[in-house]
Amino acid sequence: MKAQENAVLTYETALVTGASRGLGLALTERLARGGTRVVAVARDAGALEAALSPLGRAGGEVHAIAADVSDKRAVHRIAGTAAALVGPIDLLIHNASSLGPTPLRLLLDTECEDLEAVLQTNLIGPFRLSKLIAGSMALRGRGTLLHISSDAAVSAYPTWGAYSVSKAAQDHLGRVLAAELDSSGVRVFSVDPGEMDTRMHADALPLADRTTLRRPEEVADSIVRLLERAHEIPNGTRAEVETWRAA
Amino acid sequence: MASSVTPSLRLAPARTPFRLRSVQPLPLQRPLQPARWPADDRAGQRLLVIDRASATLQDRTLRDLGELLTPGDLLVFNDAATLPASLSATTEAGARLELRLARESGGVFWAVVLGSGDWRSRTEDRLPPPALAVGDTLTLTSASSDRAPPLTARVVDLAPLGAAYSRASPLIALEFAATGAALWNGLYRAGRPIQYSHVERALELWHVQNVFASRPWAFELASAAHGFDWALLLALKRRGIRLAALTHAAGISSTGSQELDRALPFPERYEIPEATVRAICETRREQQRVVAVGTSVVRALESARTGTELRAGRGEATLVLGPERERRRAERPTRTRPRVVDSVISGIHQAGESHYSLLEAFAPAALLERADAHARALGYRVHEFGDACLVL
Repeated sequence: MKAQENAVLTYETALVTGASRGLGLALTERLARGGTRVVAVARDAGALEAALSPLGRAGGEVHAIAADVSDKRAVHRIAGTAAALVGPIDLLIHNASSLGPTPLRLLLDTECEDLEAVLQTNLIGPFRLSKLIAGSMALRGRGTLLHISSDAAVSAYPTWGAYSVSKAAQDHLGRVLAAELDSSGVRVFSVDPGEMDTRMHADALPLADRTTLRRPEEVADSIVRLLERAHEIPNGTRAEVETWRAA
Repeated sequence: MASSVTPSLRLAPARTPFRLRSVQPLPLQRPLQPARWPADDRAGQRLLVIDRASATLQDRTLRDLGELLTPGDLLVFNDAATLPASLSATTEAGARLELRLARESGGVFWAVVLGSGDWRSRTEDRLPPPALAVGDTLTLTSASSDRAPPLTARVVDLAPLGAAYSRASPLIALEFAATGAALWNGLYRAGRPIQYSHVERALELWHVQNVFASRPWAFELASAAHGFDWALLLALKRRGIRLAALTHAAGISSTGSQELDRALPFPERYEIPEATVRAICETRREQQRVVAVGTSVVRALESARTGTELRAGRGEATLVLGPERERRRAERPTRTRPRVVDSVISGIHQAGESHYSLLEAFAPAALLERADAHARALGYRVHEFGDACLVL
């Protein structure tokens, strides 16, 4: 991570979860194109390799790790392999997340085990990974954690319960980490990307008019430009891509 | 990372000059006992402070470290993560063995080979390693349940240190068939942390990581920093103690073979960031202490020094630190006195261990003897989860 002359941060290394499609793939692509060495994580090895191979051909440095972030035993493999391949991680993007069972259902109709599984993927797993990576950032005095959030973290929409709860908790986890690490050079942000044309969106709202949705590539570009200004934003900030663009 | 601009370090005279004295054999005392499991309260570990200026000893805990240092002092940590370096494997003939990775250089790994069995038996008591030939393929046994194909490795050298592969010298060099992400993923799937019979249960990888670990270069836990938690690190920062990192491939502590143990530590790769060299130069300029957390940090920093210049970047540590009277094995490089590091935090070590000789490079033998007797009398605990000492 370096501040360049025009005060734009560049990240030498990044780790992105949920990178085989949608926003995670778009972020991986955008960062690799900008010269960042990226480690991309997703559950499905085949889908991940297929999604990443054009990036490698285009000259970017991207490494694939097939792993489930909710698996306690996988996090050391993810963090260790990533650091072995690209060096200490400058930017960690928690993008992988789960809606829980679809069609979405009321909280009282949600099995406790399903809520638990959503929390494992969206909250506990990312926390385990942050613990392994933010420590080296804090010792070296630099690094950024980014949680991909949702407006469901703020607004209470019926049937979005499990996902909503996990995203609200993740936003707040980010704020607490930012407060605790404020003197250490580690910065923690949440970004609400807004509604995008992704498979997750189709799973949640199959009848939505896709022409009203933003493309993940566009959103990834906005997020990376936000990250390039991370040093100008108060630590712990939760940003909305739409508002930030307008501002 | 490594840069062409290398800040240089002008060396101030040593803070506490001392003369080495001859050592009288110690009376027989009860042996130091190992800690058998990591403590829940990391920073509560006991810290034996060996103060050279006043020639006194103090019993403290690691949590008191901020009071023992002065604002402006610099703590240098080894941020290597611990690789799961113990691998179960089978030969083409079906013999089982354990590989303990011990060095990596240019894609070639050194491994100590132990016969069938595991950490529950003492390393010296393990079955002899199976016969091997250059070109043999070893297949790793994966501990995890997923369907990823097992890693294989080819034996490329049976005498990496010169002595032929045998029970007395069970060291080989190997190359894995996989590279990049496939290699690292495979090692994490198949490996477990190296451990010894003094530990009471099977260790998980999270038991042997320091809180700021990054690249998995260490083959065993770089244990001097294991007591540091973030509450302590941030409190030290608030007090004005500077923190810096380097990465050093801390090697294995015991091979089960006396002949190989004499060759420890093996060459260990390291990388020192430019920011750390800058912090050291600044600290020395301001006449503050440079405190190495762990002997691996001392090795890296002293190896990276040429004359009065400390160089950022990568290298491989081969030097052995210690007092001059230890310069006895002709094949080992000359033992060197530390010039970059003023103070060291280390585990409690027994006389005769290589880490103990390193302490002897920092403090007079008579003071270390008193510290040793004190540690025995008060039941300080040794090994990777044990107590620590600070030579000030």
